[in-house]
Amino acid sequence: MSGFAALVARDLRLAWRRPGDVAVVLAFFVVATTLFPLGIGPETNVLARIAAGVLWCAALFAALLSLDRLFAADFEDGTLDLLLLAPWPLELAALAKCAAHWIVTGLPLAALAPLLGLAFGLEPDALLGLSATLLVGTPTLSLIGGLAAALTLGARKSGALLALLALPLCVPTLIFGAGAVEALATGGDFGAHLALLAALALVALATTPWAIAAALRQAGE
Amino acid sequence: MATSLLEVADLACRRGGRRVFERLSFTVDRGQLMALRGRNGSGKTTLLRALALLVRAESGAIRWQGTDVAAEPEAWRGRLAWLGHLEGLKGDLSVRENLAVAERLRGGQPPDLGRVDAALGALDLLLLAGRPVRTLSAGQRRRAALARVLLADATLWLLDEPLNALDAPAQTAFRAALNRHLAAGGLAIAATHADLGVPGGRTLDLA
Repeated sequence: MSGFAALVARDLRLAWRRPGDVAVVLAFFVVATTLFPLGIGPETNVLARIAAGVLWCAALFAALLSLDRLFAADFEDGTLDLLLLAPWPLELAALAKCAAHWIVTGLPLAALAPLLGLAFGLEPDALLGLSATLLVGTPTLSLIGGLAAALTLGARKSGALLALLALPLCVPTLIFGAGAVEALATGGDFGAHLALLAALALVALATTPWAIAAALRQAGE
Repeated sequence: MATSLLEVADLACRRGGRRVFERLSFTVDRGQLMALRGRNGSGKTTLLRALALLVRAESGAIRWQGTDVAAEPEAWRGRLAWLGHLEGLKGDLSVRENLAVAERLRGGQPPDLGRVDAALGALDLLLLAGRPVRTLSAGQRRRAALARVLLADATLWLLDEPLNALDAPAQTAFRAALNRHLAAGGLAIAATHADLGVPGGRTLDLA
């Protein structure tokens, strides 16, 4: 377990040393979402209706933006070999990398989303609901994205390939995430959507670390 | 007949459909160095990666005290210190931070300051310890990576061109450290074109 904690701490420290990397992701999220009110016009009822979907899509793209460096940096400087050679399970290392990614992207995205929701004229309870769905849903994005990042390791144009691999797998999370916020407005069952989001996160948690570890071993060959 | 500590038997490896080496057998015992020689592309790095279980061998076995290491890969990895042709250092972390992180990733507790300083001192890195690795020269980085190997306190060192980019004083310092490791009962397997300065060191030619 100490190796897991050490790896999360290392990646957080590296992110702290390069605040620009996180800033770019958050800036992209802000710019991409604010384009919609500008493009569609100030019709509050239209904006409020599409807000959840737009914010969720933008969060998904923003999370993908930082994923292509998740394992590529370790691959290029040789520290991936040290992870492969560590005397504890590589699956835990894969989980640690995804956890660190979630802390530096998923968490700030969930915190930032309610502020952007204001620009769409969302009600206060919808703002909170949006943040909650992102909090529960973004771990899935980090895990699935981590798998895509590991699979595309060493490939040319890995960024585009990564998006093509990860986006279809993220569709269920997107549907239930945006659906939950919509349910708040239409009187649907918010809790059921959130439970499904959590279930998706648990499925990803239970499967992706093994697949990521296998992909990393393959990349190390 | 007493078995050797490390025994490689009939090892064969394939890279990209091409057989790199086959029927490779050798033994290494406590206090011994095995230097791997051979032309570029003769399979020195592949052999080192196969020994570390990073590359799957096509056939053959690697045995430690008579037991196949693939049976308990994590115990085996715990015995290894690795120096690849990439340094395995993070450019944004200082030399000291890199060493501490690498040691914790090996599953250990944060190493105590005395041990880190000893490893840094052995390669004359104490003055550079606080510098981010990205500001170091190639030779200084190599020294930092070697300090990581020293700190790991492992039984078997696997080294890929350890003297690359090192200046004469650094080469001397590394040779001294290697000899201390062997004198303490350690083993080392190193791919190298240069002389590692180990009296009685053995050589394996990969034609």
